[in-house]
Amino acid sequence: MGGRLAALIAGVYEFPERKTARSAWEIQALSAREALAEAGLGPRDVDGVFTVTGTPGVGPLGLLDYLDLNPRYVDSTTIGGASPVAHVHHAAAAIASGRCSVALVTYGSTALSAGVAVGTRERVTGEYLDQFETIYGVSTVGLYAMVAQRHMHEYGTTPAQLAAIAVACRRHASLNPHARYREPITVEDVLRSPMISSPLHRLDCCVITDGGGAVVLVAPERARDLPRPPVRLLGAAEAVAHTAAGRRDYLVTAAAETGPRALAEAGVAHADIDAAMIYDSFTITVLLTLEDLGFCPKGEGGRFVEGGRLELGGALPVNTDGGGLSSNHPGMRGIFLVIEAVRQLRGEAGPRQVADCRLVLVHGTGGTLGTRHSGATLILARD
Amino acid sequence: MAAEWRKPVPVVTAESRPFWEACRRHRLLLQRCGACGALQYYPRGVCARCWGTALAWQEASGRGTVYTYTVTYRTETRGFREETPYVVAWVELEEGVQVLTNIVGCAPEAVRIGMPVVVAFEDVDDAVSIPRFRPA
Repeated sequence: MGGRLAALIAGVYEFPERKTARSAWEIQALSAREALAEAGLGPRDVDGVFTVTGTPGVGPLGLLDYLDLNPRYVDSTTIGGASPVAHVHHAAAAIASGRCSVALVTYGSTALSAGVAVGTRERVTGEYLDQFETIYGVSTVGLYAMVAQRHMHEYGTTPAQLAAIAVACRRHASLNPHARYREPITVEDVLRSPMISSPLHRLDCCVITDGGGAVVLVAPERARDLPRPPVRLLGAAEAVAHTAAGRRDYLVTAAAETGPRALAEAGVAHADIDAAMIYDSFTITVLLTLEDLGFCPKGEGGRFVEGGRLELGGALPVNTDGGGLSSNHPGMRGIFLVIEAVRQLRGEAGPRQVADCRLVLVHGTGGTLGTRHSGATLILARD
Repeated sequence: MAAEWRKPVPVVTAESRPFWEACRRHRLLLQRCGACGALQYYPRGVCARCWGTALAWQEASGRGTVYTYTVTYRTETRGFREETPYVVAWVELEEGVQVLTNIVGCAPEAVRIGMPVVVAFEDVDDAVSIPRFRPA
């Protein structure tokens, strides 16, 4: 299974605070230190760095200066919240091709402390496209809500079905001491929460927090030196979808391309997957992603997510840390999908552990489903 | 014309100027590629399909249907913040291309997918008019 990527995840760390006085760079420094320690490594061992952090034009140069790192491979691919998931893919490819041997993926953000209204702020990018989009008062929530509206129209999906996703994540968050919100909620609680952009209610939307983390990948030759059970990357794929010059089916996401490719590379089937970490910027993101990854036929996502299927003990536990909907969402959540997948595969998830967890699918979504977005899928396995 | 326009206004570039000048005359333009025949929205300097530059402007009928929409209740966008709830929509023009826009001229709760709509220009000032859509 999965020969060509040939890299191991040797260390992970999630910064535990949801609101912090520390800076985004401090968060990354502390997370990198702990993730490297898990791998039995230190700062001087790092020769590849993968991060979105940075200033337009010079990217991560400032962070590398701050950390006093001199990597021989740098990648600051920025494709929204899926970026850290793509970074794990890129890091594995860089290791497999011999361009680096210890790859550090970092992410950190202080969106909550900075008072960033991630989902409802004015969407100005400075790009050419603003003149055709910003002028209409589009918001991030709204650009996902439009896709939810269309799905309801086409397939009869209900607000209660979307709410089931938020309920599952909150139940998992109740088992995660670091989650932002831990009090269990019901479908009715979601439906009674204020409408932000129809049909999405407040509890259909991810939380806003500070946070960050780090992931360390190494070449497979190091497997026997690693203090913790390594996690192997068996398959990975990326894709983008956009407005397509005005001819787009907005109910088909990038996951429709990445899912089959990543599963084929890994040589595994849907039935082999023990848990899935699915980017949950909004409830609709999870529903569409599960359909497009092929866990259920297109249009049946509403029925698929009902009845506790996504909850611990269900057929496909999703976002066992509570996800972006309840645990944390500092802006680009992808790294937490990877970190929770690794915890599950190592059997370190405590009260939220998926029994005998051998294979986890991770899917990151970045940008907005209602205009353009990225998708990145990883298939991770207990070594 | 609004006495004080608080919403975002289009930052017009040389590439998009013919489109916005036509909007000022209350005409909605698409682009047709002279090489491959593709029709596109939004306007740009190249054909999105073949990257050719032999693009011709073509006036749209201005008629279409709502492909999807959202009623926005919460936003930080200047100008819109004071006018919630309002509707953001993808309208599919009868020429077959989708346009991101607002639906105006009816109660937000009355908007439905598939609803026939027609372009309605809002004059921002002497230089800029914004194409929105209202029930046909």
